[in-house]
Amino acid sequence: MADIPETTPALHGVMAEYDNGQALVDAARKTMAHGFTQVEAYSPVPIEDLNTIIHKSRTVLPGLVLTGGLTGMATGFALQYWASVIEYPINIGGRPLASWTTFIVPSYELTILFAALTAAIGMILLNGLPQPYHPVFNVQRFSLASSDKFFLVIESRDPKFGAAAAFLRETGARGVYDVAE
Amino acid sequence: MADPNIHRPMALQETPVILPGHDFETVTETIAEIPLSRRYPLGWIGFIAIALFLLAVLHMALGYLVMVGIGIFGTNQPVGWAFPIINFVWWIGIGHAGTLISAILLLFKQQWRMSISRFAEAMTIFAVACAAIFPVFHTGRPWLAAYWLFPYPNAMGLWPQFKSPLIWDVFAVSTYATVSVVFWYVGLIPDLASLRDRASSKLKAILYGMASLGWRGSARHWHRYEVASLILAGLSTPLVLSVHTVVSFDFAVSVIPGWHATIFPPYFVAGAIYSGFAMVLTLAIPVRRFYGMESLITMRHIDNMAKVMLATGLIVGYGYSMEAFFAWYSASPHEQFMMWNRMTGQYAWAYWLLISINVVMVQFLWFKRVRQNVGLLFVMSLIVNVGMWLERFVIVVTSLANDFVPTSWAHYTPTMWDYLLYAGTFGLFTTAFLLFLRFVPMISIFEVKTLLPQAKVKAEP
Repeated sequence: MADIPETTPALHGVMAEYDNGQALVDAARKTMAHGFTQVEAYSPVPIEDLNTIIHKSRTVLPGLVLTGGLTGMATGFALQYWASVIEYPINIGGRPLASWTTFIVPSYELTILFAALTAAIGMILLNGLPQPYHPVFNVQRFSLASSDKFFLVIESRDPKFGAAAAFLRETGARGVYDVAE
Repeated sequence: MADPNIHRPMALQETPVILPGHDFETVTETIAEIPLSRRYPLGWIGFIAIALFLLAVLHMALGYLVMVGIGIFGTNQPVGWAFPIINFVWWIGIGHAGTLISAILLLFKQQWRMSISRFAEAMTIFAVACAAIFPVFHTGRPWLAAYWLFPYPNAMGLWPQFKSPLIWDVFAVSTYATVSVVFWYVGLIPDLASLRDRASSKLKAILYGMASLGWRGSARHWHRYEVASLILAGLSTPLVLSVHTVVSFDFAVSVIPGWHATIFPPYFVAGAIYSGFAMVLTLAIPVRRFYGMESLITMRHIDNMAKVMLATGLIVGYGYSMEAFFAWYSASPHEQFMMWNRMTGQYAWAYWLLISINVVMVQFLWFKRVRQNVGLLFVMSLIVNVGMWLERFVIVVTSLANDFVPTSWAHYTPTMWDYLLYAGTFGLFTTAFLLFLRFVPMISIFEVKTLLPQAKVKAEP
């Protein structure tokens, strides 16, 4: 990346470690208030406040799911209409070919199928997964991020990155580590 | 069930959702230890040996069925639907409890569900897999059945009959299977990352790492994850209700006495949840004992599951009484005969056995002493599953064996192959479940952690 300062060519950022969710949230608040912008928090459990504090924006996923669901409904209905009316019309006892009420169930199921697949695949892709490698994994202690420790990272592309390590030490962290790129 | 104070268990003087003494590390340790261990417990080996034997029986039964055809079953006119549909409905009904626990109880913020949701969902997936065997293989030549089950452009230019409930069933069940797997896998991602980070060998770290997709647990990840989980729960709820509704349409849309009833959809859904919770208890009681999970799957869970069983059992009992009432109230001689025949005819033993289980025995769950007696509950849960199997047997067979025309009446008896195929599906179910217990965290690690004080964050001052 071109915007990495030349003094720290191989650094992704600095990482601070905390013991519980409250400490991490407090530190995240201080960090954002101090004017850092390229910040990310890592926790073993979901903490909704962290996204509000650090990223301040919500995901577009619900809109995608709605679109997916409507696409599923349209697909289901179109498939049945096309098969029953256009491609393979059978007259059974004079009943109408386009008997839309009987098309409801498969349309309903495909609505849910498409919406659910959009929700799951959308979440995974928006999160940038699958991503086997990420610099944060270079920190030995980070393996505890999925167990019982909480981490805050200020990335090296932050304009105020020079002051980051010193700042994080003041936030009650139990350790501050360099994150190799 | 809809207790608003459920997140304050101590204040209610009830057994807490998690017994005291756990923190983040012990929760991770207790649950992750099992899939990461190098040891294969002796009991596990013993059980999987039996399960694999039954799985071999399944393969044998299916192989013989494909070779010879469906003449090996006892199914014959007038009983043109028998063991395959009974077993299909039974298995798919069992699956419903898993989705109820993971989706509906999530929407109702029932935190006690967290310890049992993972393996209840696994149970759902395996039960649906067992159920799917029957509609596919009862056709005798499943590779030829594809064109009237699935809408795909085939060389004959044929398309499925979308006005048939049987096609609706194909859509409902295949969607249900897919969404259940997706929901389950999404729930597993953070826990697979926990296993990756604790793996003792390089191979395990790589395999669990690939399965976890490189999950890091960043604030951004978790935010999208929580939104996706909530949406999936919201989608699974109408889905699970629709699945057994559509299964009941297979019967209710026909004109057979005893099937053509408007009460069928809710009655089937309640019966499904009832039998499903019985199966969750059947699995949870030995699992918590053998794996020492009593501190995570507490008496609170057992008690709540028994209460859900009681509530849904009462709905099922109401369904039975309404079936009898409508048969009388319809003033149709065929409906009235059907009900009288169920109670006194050639299969009366099955009817009264199911009434004594699903209406009488279930009343004992009103007593806390019964709900707290784990051994008794285990036995009751097994009996309930027998009762629910009998319910489907009675519905399917009594209506067909004595139909509109007395000259066509007959007695239906299943053959050895009917029994072997059914027994074989237990092999598939148990094998899959045992592999799940061995290689996947059986309790959601991250969800259970959210119940602990370490995860609590104060609102902004």
